[in-house]
Amino acid sequence: MSIDLSTKYLGLQLKNPLVVAACPLCGEVDSLRRLEEAGAAAAVLPSLFEEQIEHEEQEVNKLYEFQTESYAESLTHFPELNNYNTGTKEYLDLIEAAKKQVKMPIIGSLNGASVGGWTGYAKSMQDAGVDAMELNIYFIPTDPQQSSCKVEDQYVELVAAVKESIAVPLTVKLGPYFTSVPDVVRRVAEAGADGLVLFNRFLEPDIDLEALQVAPNLVLSSRHELRLALRWIAIVRDQTKLSLAAAGGVHFADDVIKALLAGADVVQMATALLRYGPPHLSKLLEEIERWLTEHEYASVSQMKGSLSRGNSPDPSAFERANYMKALTSFTSEFPSA
Amino acid sequence: MSQRSFVTIDGNEAASLVAHQASEVIAIYPITPASPMGELADAWSAVGRKNMFGVVPDVVQMQSEAGAAAAVHGSLQVGALTTTFTASQGLLLMIPNMFKIAGELLPTVFHISARAIATHALSIFGDHSDVMAARSCGWAMLASNSVQEIHDLAMISHAATLQSRVPFLHFFDGFRSSHEVNKIEVLNPDDVRAMIDQQYIEEFRQRAMNPDRPVLRGTAQNPDVFFQAREACNPFYDATPQIVQQYMDRFAQLVGRQYHLFDYVGAADAERVVVMMGSGVGATEEALEALLKQGEKVGLLKVRLYRPFAVEAFIRALPPTVRSIGVLDRTKEPGAAGEPLYQDVVTALVEGWSAVHAGTLPRVIGGRYGLSSKEFTPAMAAAVYAELSQQAPKRHFTVGIHDDVTHLSLKVDTEFSTEADDVIRAVFYGLGSDGTVGASKNSVKIVGENTPMYAQGYFVYDSKKAGSMTVSHLRFSPRPINSSYLVNRASFVACHQFVFMETVDVLEMADPGATFLLNSPFGADEVWDHLPRDAQEQIIAKRLKFYVVDAVKVAQQAGMGGRINTVMQTCFFALAGILPRDEAIEQIKHAIEKTYGKRGESVLRKNFAAVDGALGELQEVKVPDAATSTLKRHTITAEGESEFVQKVTTVMYAGKGDLLPVSAMPVDGTFPTNTAKIEKRSIALEIPIWDPSICIDCAMCAFVCPHAAIRIKPYAPEVLTTAPATFKSKESRGKEFEGYRLTVQVAPDDCTGCGVCVEVCPAKSKEAVKHRAINMAPKMEHLEAERKNYDFFLSIPDFDRTKVRIETVKGTQMLRPLFEYSGACAGCGETPYVKLMTQLFGDRQIIGNATGCSSIYGGNLPTTPYAIDANGRGPTWNNSLFEDAAEFGLGFRLALDQTRLYVENMLRAQASQLGDDLVTALIQSPQQNEAEIAAQRQRVATLVSKLQALGTPEALQLAGLASNLVVRSVWILGGDGWAYDIGFGGLDHVLTTQRDVNILVLDTGVYSNTGGQASKATPRGAVAKFAASGKPSRKKDLGMIAVAYGNVYVAQVALGANPAQAVKAFREAESYPGVSLILAYAQCVAHGVNMTTGVAHQKEAVQCGFWPLYRYDPRDAHEGGTPFKLDSRKPSSPFKDFAMQEARFAMLTRSNPKRAEQLFELAQRDIDDQWHYYEQMAGVKRDIVDEMDEVEA
Repeated sequence: MSIDLSTKYLGLQLKNPLVVAACPLCGEVDSLRRLEEAGAAAAVLPSLFEEQIEHEEQEVNKLYEFQTESYAESLTHFPELNNYNTGTKEYLDLIEAAKKQVKMPIIGSLNGASVGGWTGYAKSMQDAGVDAMELNIYFIPTDPQQSSCKVEDQYVELVAAVKESIAVPLTVKLGPYFTSVPDVVRRVAEAGADGLVLFNRFLEPDIDLEALQVAPNLVLSSRHELRLALRWIAIVRDQTKLSLAAAGGVHFADDVIKALLAGADVVQMATALLRYGPPHLSKLLEEIERWLTEHEYASVSQMKGSLSRGNSPDPSAFERANYMKALTSFTSEFPSA
Repeated sequence: MSQRSFVTIDGNEAASLVAHQASEVIAIYPITPASPMGELADAWSAVGRKNMFGVVPDVVQMQSEAGAAAAVHGSLQVGALTTTFTASQGLLLMIPNMFKIAGELLPTVFHISARAIATHALSIFGDHSDVMAARSCGWAMLASNSVQEIHDLAMISHAATLQSRVPFLHFFDGFRSSHEVNKIEVLNPDDVRAMIDQQYIEEFRQRAMNPDRPVLRGTAQNPDVFFQAREACNPFYDATPQIVQQYMDRFAQLVGRQYHLFDYVGAADAERVVVMMGSGVGATEEALEALLKQGEKVGLLKVRLYRPFAVEAFIRALPPTVRSIGVLDRTKEPGAAGEPLYQDVVTALVEGWSAVHAGTLPRVIGGRYGLSSKEFTPAMAAAVYAELSQQAPKRHFTVGIHDDVTHLSLKVDTEFSTEADDVIRAVFYGLGSDGTVGASKNSVKIVGENTPMYAQGYFVYDSKKAGSMTVSHLRFSPRPINSSYLVNRASFVACHQFVFMETVDVLEMADPGATFLLNSPFGADEVWDHLPRDAQEQIIAKRLKFYVVDAVKVAQQAGMGGRINTVMQTCFFALAGILPRDEAIEQIKHAIEKTYGKRGESVLRKNFAAVDGALGELQEVKVPDAATSTLKRHTITAEGESEFVQKVTTVMYAGKGDLLPVSAMPVDGTFPTNTAKIEKRSIALEIPIWDPSICIDCAMCAFVCPHAAIRIKPYAPEVLTTAPATFKSKESRGKEFEGYRLTVQVAPDDCTGCGVCVEVCPAKSKEAVKHRAINMAPKMEHLEAERKNYDFFLSIPDFDRTKVRIETVKGTQMLRPLFEYSGACAGCGETPYVKLMTQLFGDRQIIGNATGCSSIYGGNLPTTPYAIDANGRGPTWNNSLFEDAAEFGLGFRLALDQTRLYVENMLRAQASQLGDDLVTALIQSPQQNEAEIAAQRQRVATLVSKLQALGTPEALQLAGLASNLVVRSVWILGGDGWAYDIGFGGLDHVLTTQRDVNILVLDTGVYSNTGGQASKATPRGAVAKFAASGKPSRKKDLGMIAVAYGNVYVAQVALGANPAQAVKAFREAESYPGVSLILAYAQCVAHGVNMTTGVAHQKEAVQCGFWPLYRYDPRDAHEGGTPFKLDSRKPSSPFKDFAMQEARFAMLTRSNPKRAEQLFELAQRDIDDQWHYYEQMAGVKRDIVDEMDEVEA
């Protein structure tokens, strides 16, 4: 008997729960094709950043204006801009090319923090053919006068603004740093989101000891990070009808299975694919299938959420008690002094 | 036939539109003010705009105008319709080929933004001296007087040349017409096709060189036939005027505007007639109309076809009643019987008058006007008409200046004005960086293109590149505007920068009852007290309607920073009432969209926010009845300076140079140096402030300062007893400064605020990393104290040159810069090299400077940054041309060496009286270091006093030349446009001469001065004008071409990457007794880099191998030595990482990512290959023969 691996995410029927997260691998049609061949069910394109769009526009404008019309011999210093785009055109071209050459659903991605003209690109992406949009909200509050409630209002406003401009489903990628994740999930859902990706990994900057500078430095995810998503997916699964994607630390088949058990509809993967290449996907699928067979599951949908907080024999395990237990077991690994 | 549209464009675009339509090949080379024609043609072809034949014209950049003309010549010979654009010296360089093109009857049109030719000085501004110098080439010459005429006559030229086979110079006045923005009707492609006869194109192509029907052209002819052959072309010249008239008539039928070879306007029975051509016609016609209204019998003859000069048509165009003719020439031909147009008119009258008209010949007088865009106003034209009615007028005169030497100038009634009341005349004072000119151009377009009104804009810039003032002159009228002169009675005056109220008489031009709009940080109720008294008085006396707006506040709220242009523009429209407010705002936004749309939505949004916020801040000021202010406008007094500086330089600096009489001017173009210091422009908002507590005395801040506005001096501690309380000092480090104090001091009024010094400061505070030993701080908080400190600093004696470790970076900065406070761009990459050069050698230096940025910031009046030391010594400087600096500088050396030989001969001849020891020491002194040079100066002083004591004629003659015994340092300066392109032939020749000259190439990789056109130094993949889709070819390796000679010292340096290597290279180059070439990496505005971090960015250029550092010293090229030293490390980062930090490269990844990827890949391979090559070079052993030694042996 063959196992049914299909799942539904954002209303899209996917052949399996493996979605490639926004990462450089999704930036080229060739590698998208290889990912699909290896078994990917959908892919999220790399994010188009609010910062990238607006910052570049401002920078280019500044350079064009600098010393312009100041001296009679050199009224300008650059040829007039032609076909110039701050990355958006390539992005739309990528969507169009991807839609032509791969069959799996393609999810566009916008990354930003404030309502602005840049959200209009969601519509352009939809027009270029994406099957769904992912909105990656990345906001670091630094103002002590800005309450958490205000910050959350900003999230909601942004989700609503993007939702309003598109007809395709919208999923929102959130970070974990909320006082009440369930409340935020509820508000985001009310603002019009069709799904959630839990969680966004905020890339923390590093310090360069020689240059004494703050330096961005990409660190790939590690497996233990999945725990965070497992907990919150298990908790919100019972509270919302939104599609849920687990992200951050999904590396191997076990991770996928755990996420599904907790209640995810799909998982998003990047690190493992960057590390082991697209063929890693086929290996995962084999292993998932084997596990399902061994454990006598007929389909992915059968197992999805079967260990959510509500379906778990011990709901409190997802709550504070869990912490105590983990700590105890962790310390017990060491021989007592 | 499709509808013709009205557009608002400048004269260059009006010409280029037609040229691009009617040409297949366009060969170009940048020169002000013609560059925009080539840039536009190149940009249009780059986006695939097609010509009348349905193909995209091939636009090719050449190495010089001479090259462009030759390429045109070749292209014409093989049958492509070909054109070019140029001006001034560029046209002169085309002359040899122009003779050929005409001699071979090749149809073409050259469009000329006519500009002054450099004589006693260079001028970028307009007059007819260039086209007049080309008039013997045998070209037809057609003059356009306005933007509309430029468009129309460009068309007529392209049509007429094909039938006549005579090539055409189509010219118009540089800047006044080429850069004036005006509303014109443009021809559509059908018009172009209707004007050009296919038949003649086919005949032209049939004549083309073709191996299927081979011919021989360009023969050498002998006395037997040359003369007859030269006469064979006569019928073509005879036929040309009629052909031109036919096309003018066809044009009239088609479009409705009728032109004639000579167009007469005025009274049918005029007795006095002015004959002229060019933009001045506009002003004269206005004067004429005013005089006609007064019943005067006057007329104006506009010359359109100047060559071939159609005598009969000319005579017939004149009214038979004319008794007195004034011919105005916008050129000067010293020594001639008269200027060219005058002479032609005289000849034509003598030859043709009696055949057409009865009676005696009219009297003819000739005058010069408008040289170098000198204003020519209706009042001046009226003065000419007045002179014509004199019993004994000046036969030769000038108008527009005050000639108190030869008394040729006419008196002008300054009250005479022809400005009509229904014309809105507005002037806008802005700062180069605030966008005033851009917004003003948009205002002209808004009115021109959205209302039935006509609109005109003309823009005046000042002589500095950074922090310069711009004045926009706008007119809006119900009739077409031909007022070819500046607004001088404005109904609207806007001052976009409050600081100008303190320095400029902005209300001078305000008409009584005019509106005055001021961008002011002070509101309507407080601004009055902040105005200088003289402004208050004018506001009251002229009953001005006075408004203020805090545009900076609005712009900042909108996220526009200092770009206050749209705020001010919105207020202008609100107050001027040309359009209803709402419509005006809508149109402003529409214009913003057109101008900035390509730069993205966020840019538009911010501009719109500025527009929307503007009117809320606009306030009317209730003008008090009396002036109460005690504030005075700042003027510079130049106390303690020479009489010339006080009476002339300061007047020029104050913007009143027009008032200076002829007698105030040097007769031969000689000006004093050491004058930039009087300006005190005070343009920085923030200045660097020193923190001695963490300073490590590295001197990098002073080393990189582009404006010599940070200085370092060690001095004895007792100096401090009289120091101002705020004067900072620290203990000086280093053996040679033991016991000394040291101060790093900013020149607060001379700093441009670029921040380069802070960026390179390596000393960081342990408590807060961002705090360095030098930090930018708001100028106003420190100005008063730092002014005093700087004055005190300057009063401290310079450190003894002979005691400085001059070979170190720090040591060089203890020497006084003899190049200071230049008007270069803030953060300029070139000027730190120039400054370093003067610190090291300035007191004995002779500089020949190629035209370009370095000649502009070096020698654009009113002042020069070249300075003198405490002994009065300093660089002596000259700019010959763009193309000849190497040869010019070599000439310096030839004369110096010859003089030295002569002096040595005289010394030897008088040795018995002077003492053999002294003579021997004087002749043999090696003078290889500062101490030896100082000793030689001492010996020369001894010699001179001995000679004066001797008092014989021979002794006194020698005394006059004795200073030549001190070693002289000859430097040839220029940019890459000069060294790699136009001047390369000469440079290459000089490289082979083995004479002691030093060549410094300030390599920005573009023609910086003319606005960033590609040169052969432009790196592969960089976007530049003329290379809008990224330069496809590799940067020329000029250094290795020079190294190939073997006996040339060559160094490639980047002072931001390796300052010590740069210092070493400068010293080695100077000490090498042959030719030395230094290629210096200089960042530029045209790179699209942050100019504040530009110097630091040089490190990355070197790190990725884009700019390897090396020195080739022929002194090591003997007996198997390895003269080539690679001073930088193997490239350790990819080119792309470096490139993506510069907009010139990064832009391409956005506009054409595929091409960018290809070009970047090739650029990386260039770097890899070059590094591999250099590495091998570093191991190459040489044994170069010193030819002169061999010969002597």
